[in-house]
Amino acid sequence: MALAKRIIPCLDIDGGRVVKGVQFVDIRDAGDPVEIARRYDREGADELTFLDITASHEERETLVAVVEAVAAEVFIPLTVGGGIRTVDDVRRMLNAGADKVAINTAAIHDPALVANAAERYGSQCIVVAIDAKRVESPGSDIRWEVFTHGGRRPTGIDALAWAEQMAAAGAGELLVTSMDRDGTRQGFDNALNKAISARAGVPLVASGGVGNLQDLVDGVIQGHADAVLAASIFHFGEYTVAEAKAFMASAGIEVRQ
Amino acid sequence: MRVAVIDYGMGNLRSVAKALEHVGATAVAITDDPAVIDAADRVVFPGQGAVRDCMSALHQHELIEVLARAMATRPFLGVCMGMQALMTRSEENAGVEALGHFAGTVRHFSHLTGGHSALKIPHMGWNRVRQCAPHPLWDGVDDEARFYFVHSYYVVPEAQEIVLADCEYGERFAAVIGQNNVFATQFHPEKSQQAGLKLLGNFLSWDGTACN
Repeated sequence: MALAKRIIPCLDIDGGRVVKGVQFVDIRDAGDPVEIARRYDREGADELTFLDITASHEERETLVAVVEAVAAEVFIPLTVGGGIRTVDDVRRMLNAGADKVAINTAAIHDPALVANAAERYGSQCIVVAIDAKRVESPGSDIRWEVFTHGGRRPTGIDALAWAEQMAAAGAGELLVTSMDRDGTRQGFDNALNKAISARAGVPLVASGGVGNLQDLVDGVIQGHADAVLAASIFHFGEYTVAEAKAFMASAGIEVRQ
Repeated sequence: MRVAVIDYGMGNLRSVAKALEHVGATAVAITDDPAVIDAADRVVFPGQGAVRDCMSALHQHELIEVLARAMATRPFLGVCMGMQALMTRSEENAGVEALGHFAGTVRHFSHLTGGHSALKIPHMGWNRVRQCAPHPLWDGVDDEARFYFVHSYYVVPEAQEIVLADCEYGERFAAVIGQNNVFATQFHPEKSQQAGLKLLGNFLSWDGTACN
């Protein structure tokens, strides 16, 4: 197996700046997106993800200018999400220099959006972002439900079935965020990722909960993730991407070095 | 030196243009104008999406002949769909006739990954590219260097000697094909950081003669 597992720093964008929320509340400012993108590129990031975290619930446009500025200087794949509602939004982000566009809430309101966008631009650039939370139901198996609006609003949709449906509709990748783990630093929800990975058949990016480098290893080995996404452990200088890769390599995971 | 990046409405062309500028191209035109393409010293043929849309867009923009002229005369770089479209036909979209510059077909990865159900489609990420033949575009690019791929279909050329590099995903498939002044990559050099930028820089200084 020669395909490398990817490490993806995530830049949550608000007002043109990179921020990281703890469970999407309590936001701290971690700087300028172009500067940070350049730093991660130098450190060996395999890809970068930009999420406009306020876009979905404040109905704001995502930051085309940020994407254009980064894409002019950083030559690794860029994924952009947050507030993508129409095929035209997808087109605008691709034209700005995004390689992939992540669709989250809008896919739930308009399930045809993913199919239409994939039909027009190809599955390779359509990512469906799934925010999932464990649902307690005594006496039965674990299940996960899709949430929207930063984990505040339940949809009643089963996350595994949704993942399968979105892959069938044309999503080329799934960005799966555990809303139970996001911001907790307790590691990915590997049971969730493994279950989706087995069911959907498209690459899976694990997100939500990374507190240390072992969490990245566990995400790949236990969660069967194809890529691991993290924000705060990188933004605040706890670890570099290069350190993360060296750690994963020493655990026997194939990475690009 | 004038570089034309062919614009037929298929995806992210800005990145290709920016990457070419980053490695020293001073006059990069993103264009569907046959006169501009004919006047360019080098032609880049990118593309993503589905092959049926790609071919119909090429017909709509009346680019078939200008592409053939470029492939006959000047350093020509196909990228991703711009590689697949060079083949005789693709099995995508229930079968589509393509440009036919190279004899061969484009097949879905399920043929390769059939015995490896754990392999996901699309093939997405950084994979090792094994150079199969010497070529000026490999100058300074390590054998087995990683490049960024994202595709669900792969090229099966009839003539093995046009395979300039391969890659393994389930089985080995053609990652680069080329002959004379044409060089075409399944991966995205414009998204492959140092290795990709090196290859693009080599393309800018290439005179269009190959070793094979």
